[in-house]
Amino acid sequence: MSSLTLVGVSHHRAPIELRERVALDLDACRALARRLAEQLEAEAVVLSTCNRTELYLAHEEASEEEAVAAITELAGDSADDLAVALYRLGDESAALHLFRVAAGLDSLVPGEGEILGQVRNAFEAGAPGPLLDHLFRQALHAGRRVRVETAIGQSPASVPAAAAALAQQVFGELSGRRVLLLGAGKMSEATARNLVSRGAEIAVVANRTIAHGAELARKLGAQALPLDAVAAELEHVDVVVSATGAAGLVVSEGTVADALRARKGRPLLLVDLAVPRDLDPAINELEGCFLYDVDDLRGVVEETLSGRRGEAVNAERVVAEEATRFRDWQAALDIVPTIASLRALAEEIRDSELARAGGRLSERERRNVESVTSQILAKLLHLPTIRMKEAAAAADGVVYADVVRHLFGLGEEERRR
Amino acid sequence: MAEFLVLPALLAYGEAAFAYAGELRGPGLAGRLATWGVRIGWLAQTALLVGQAASAEGFPWGTWAGSLNLFVWLIVGAYLIWGCTPRYRLLGLTVMPVAAVLLALAWAGGGTALADSERSGGVLAVHVALMLAGFAGLTLSAAMAALYLWQERRLKRHERRVLRVRVPPLDALDRLAARTVVGSLVLLTIGIGVGAARFESGDFDAAMAVTLAVLVTYASLLVLRREGWRGRRAALVNLAGFALVAVVLPLTHFAS
Repeated sequence: MSSLTLVGVSHHRAPIELRERVALDLDACRALARRLAEQLEAEAVVLSTCNRTELYLAHEEASEEEAVAAITELAGDSADDLAVALYRLGDESAALHLFRVAAGLDSLVPGEGEILGQVRNAFEAGAPGPLLDHLFRQALHAGRRVRVETAIGQSPASVPAAAAALAQQVFGELSGRRVLLLGAGKMSEATARNLVSRGAEIAVVANRTIAHGAELARKLGAQALPLDAVAAELEHVDVVVSATGAAGLVVSEGTVADALRARKGRPLLLVDLAVPRDLDPAINELEGCFLYDVDDLRGVVEETLSGRRGEAVNAERVVAEEATRFRDWQAALDIVPTIASLRALAEEIRDSELARAGGRLSERERRNVESVTSQILAKLLHLPTIRMKEAAAAADGVVYADVVRHLFGLGEEERRR
Repeated sequence: MAEFLVLPALLAYGEAAFAYAGELRGPGLAGRLATWGVRIGWLAQTALLVGQAASAEGFPWGTWAGSLNLFVWLIVGAYLIWGCTPRYRLLGLTVMPVAAVLLALAWAGGGTALADSERSGGVLAVHVALMLAGFAGLTLSAAMAALYLWQERRLKRHERRVLRVRVPPLDALDRLAARTVVGSLVLLTIGIGVGAARFESGDFDAAMAVTLAVLVTYASLLVLRREGWRGRRAALVNLAGFALVAVVLPLTHFAS
């Protein structure tokens, strides 16, 4: 019977320098999984993300040392550091760990959604057999259940995501909503992409260096403008995201107040991600204007993260249910050969008795007897099969299997041969 | 027998009001319990109204308490159209406590009993039903305005929990409140037109005067919206109009 082995390192105990050493891209994960599967005649899946590298093996005999050797090889000079950070789990605890990983419960940001796709990719790139196939499918199912049945992934976990969620809180659907970006740095781009992913349209990118702004504008399908031309745009946009490196204010309260007169009461959300701030804090006092700076957004993110941690209790319950189901399935595997042998023995007896009586029966009588004996066998073996599976789930399945083998002499014929 | 249906309706509305408060802590079981409370309560109240209508010879909701009973049913019915969807669920926070209190008042005033009623003309029944439906719509619109002001304040103050509690988006609340006002004004205008058929000079009273004031206030709101009075200002005008609605119902029965 195959047993499950997990060996890995993660952000809990391994510093980024070590995680970098053992990190693999998807092709390398595929190659390593195939190599391990071939060498050990085992099932193998390698999961590698920025937060973890884990080897999952299913093998008839213990394969932990081979897995440790494989990951140590990746660590190279850092093998000593690896030994401290490495964790080794088997069977039930390995399965539970994977379910927690897929659910985002083991992530740096609880409930983050990206990990589910990474687990799926690792599974598809790996070399799974019956055990790992079932394990990973159930892990993906557990991950999906957690996201559907709990609110762990519903609130934003980063400043750009919080800005986009606030825009939805003000405007609802963002499709057709126009965004003005001030600054063309990474923060502007990350926020813009979050807004675009929710349907918003980046209308204008304004930057001190027009060429730099034009590059981002081209990527986002927007118009590029110099910073001093933004006043006229305030009338036409719904969201302003600002993250320039300017030393002073880029947009004053008066500029926004002038634009509001032409907006006819349409609300305006302004997100100031710059330090020092680009947007005059007094803008928040204007009617219909909602101004958030980076500290406000961090406060919102901290609160939503604490909500995620609270929701993690419900997610852990879902994961525990799935882990129990997997344990039951795995336990039932121990009993399957006994059940199969018992059914085979019954069929063998039935066939031989039918063969002995065959000459005395007409074709019609033979068909009737076959049907009746087949039904008798099915009914007779139904309850013992169910009871043995239940016993397997309750951990005394091996005892039951031994008793059944002894009572019916299963396997004795083979041993005699 | 049917008059006892007020008890499950009242219990369910009360349960929904409490459960919506629980939804403030975050989306989940409380919200679903609230939704089912509204549905079950409204079905029970519908059965009660059917029972009242079946046993009465005339219009069974002619008294102030009876009108209140019908009024609550219309408010909750209008809320049920979209209010139970996850996006607008928290609207129930402002609607259901009002519905529960008003139904309790109607019950205390005998408006939920199966009583004999005087025969009244069909025109009067249509007039009353249309007016109550219009006022129910305006009540729902005021609930949206109140929710708008609450959420706008939270956004302005940068409350850290602003994304934890799922309030409908501000813009959606603003638009939906305006649409509800439009629908309500249509009903009120038709209702007033139907009532005018029975009008005789000398009948003009305080209730009619306030009703006209309601009509003018909300019509002004719609005109002002075109000039940019949206969001906070529109919500304040909406609530001012609702203050008149709250006056006109007692006036109709006690001062006419």
